[in-house]
Amino acid sequence: MSLVASAGPLLQWSWVSSQSGTILSLLVQHIELTAIAVSIGLAISLPLGVAAWRLPALRTPLVGFTGLLYVIPSVALMALLAPLTGFFSVTTAEVALVSYTLLILLRNTVAGLSSVPADAHEAARGMGYTELEELFKVQLPLALPSVLAGLRVATVTTIGLVNVTAFIGQGGLGQLIIQGFGEDFNTPIVVGLVLSVLLAGVADAALVGVEHLVLPWRRAGVGPPR
Amino acid sequence: MNFLSHVVAFFTTGSNWTGSSGIVALSLEQVKLSVVAVLAAVIAGVGAGSLLGHSGRGSFAVVNAANAARAVPSFALLTLIAIQPAIVRLQEGGFLTAVITMFALAVPPILTNAYVGVRDIDPAVRSAALAMGMTPGQLLRQVELPLALPLVMAGIRTAAVEVVATATLAAYVGVSDLGTYIFTGLATRNNVETFSGALVVAVLALAVDLVLAAAARGLTPVGLRSPSRSWRRATVSLATMQPRRTT
Repeated sequence: MSLVASAGPLLQWSWVSSQSGTILSLLVQHIELTAIAVSIGLAISLPLGVAAWRLPALRTPLVGFTGLLYVIPSVALMALLAPLTGFFSVTTAEVALVSYTLLILLRNTVAGLSSVPADAHEAARGMGYTELEELFKVQLPLALPSVLAGLRVATVTTIGLVNVTAFIGQGGLGQLIIQGFGEDFNTPIVVGLVLSVLLAGVADAALVGVEHLVLPWRRAGVGPPR
Repeated sequence: MNFLSHVVAFFTTGSNWTGSSGIVALSLEQVKLSVVAVLAAVIAGVGAGSLLGHSGRGSFAVVNAANAARAVPSFALLTLIAIQPAIVRLQEGGFLTAVITMFALAVPPILTNAYVGVRDIDPAVRSAALAMGMTPGQLLRQVELPLALPLVMAGIRTAAVEVVATATLAAYVGVSDLGTYIFTGLATRNNVETFSGALVVAVLALAVDLVLAAAARGLTPVGLRSPSRSWRRATVSLATMQPRRTT
């Protein structure tokens, strides 16, 4: 019994090289969909996170609502959004992708801000910082490790989820998966799977690099004030 | 609004609820699929995770492998398994394919949480149990697993919610579950059917999350349950391994 039956070998290189142009453009689309979703997610979560941190009354509803969005399966969420934002539209895909980044980013922003030591707050006060100065120069920088950790999880999650948006005509590499399944052909699925995993790995490593750059005190091994 | 009145009509039509392609039958299929996959993953994940946490051997490799496995899109895994001739010969309707995919999806969070839960137990508790003459097996069953339970249950909850979501995708490879509404609706541009199916799936996923949250609270040993503190502790240690959606 061999694996090589109707679905072909796991990876047929001739197909990969003949389709390299298409594969590359799908990969680029995948990166674009991810980058847009994560950027918008961050732009929404940071101010919301600061608000939820300053006003505890907002925290439960905000975390609860984003948690609710997180539980809804992605295919279902896209189908629920479709009457509002259009079936088979980029907007539908992006709204769904953004909504999944919110819980992770919001929770990490709140956690990061809450972990700022009281000493740092006292010192900033003592130095005459206004509340806004303190937020931007002391609290947000100290919350950065937690925010960046959330950003890594959100990015890797989004890269996986983009595949599913292929059902509504988007999907980047997800298109390859649908094609392979439709044609009973292993290679496109394997290419989609492998590139998706590699992309997640590369994005995660790149964000670790960013962590290194923007958190110089970590590199020095002295650690931030505790 | 016209669209919403069509959706209401979908849910108030009795024939949409009954029969082999009714809401009830399709929901049951989705639940059956999820229960089989999660139960298998609990046996494998809690077993392997607690043994690793207990002995501490080989854990680095296994936990890293589990984390890497979480980057594999389950949609790709599902379709890849579905078209393998060996699988096609064995089954009809994609049930086996879906169970294998969802098992692979559910094991990593359960295993990681069981491992961390057992590993992070206060060494003094362990020493006390051993000093009382417990065998390693008794230590694991009577001390380590009960103490790790809040984290283990959190892992099972994460896995179950992901699995119920992925069960929707199973309709794409031929299982008749709630995803059927979404995929036939998308294929035939029947927006009402797509939307209604999605609504049922969302409610089901929320119900699973709530039921497991309640179960986690009920199963936590009384000593750990004391007013919401233990819950907060579990959440804090979970911050390092957040949920990750793939479907």
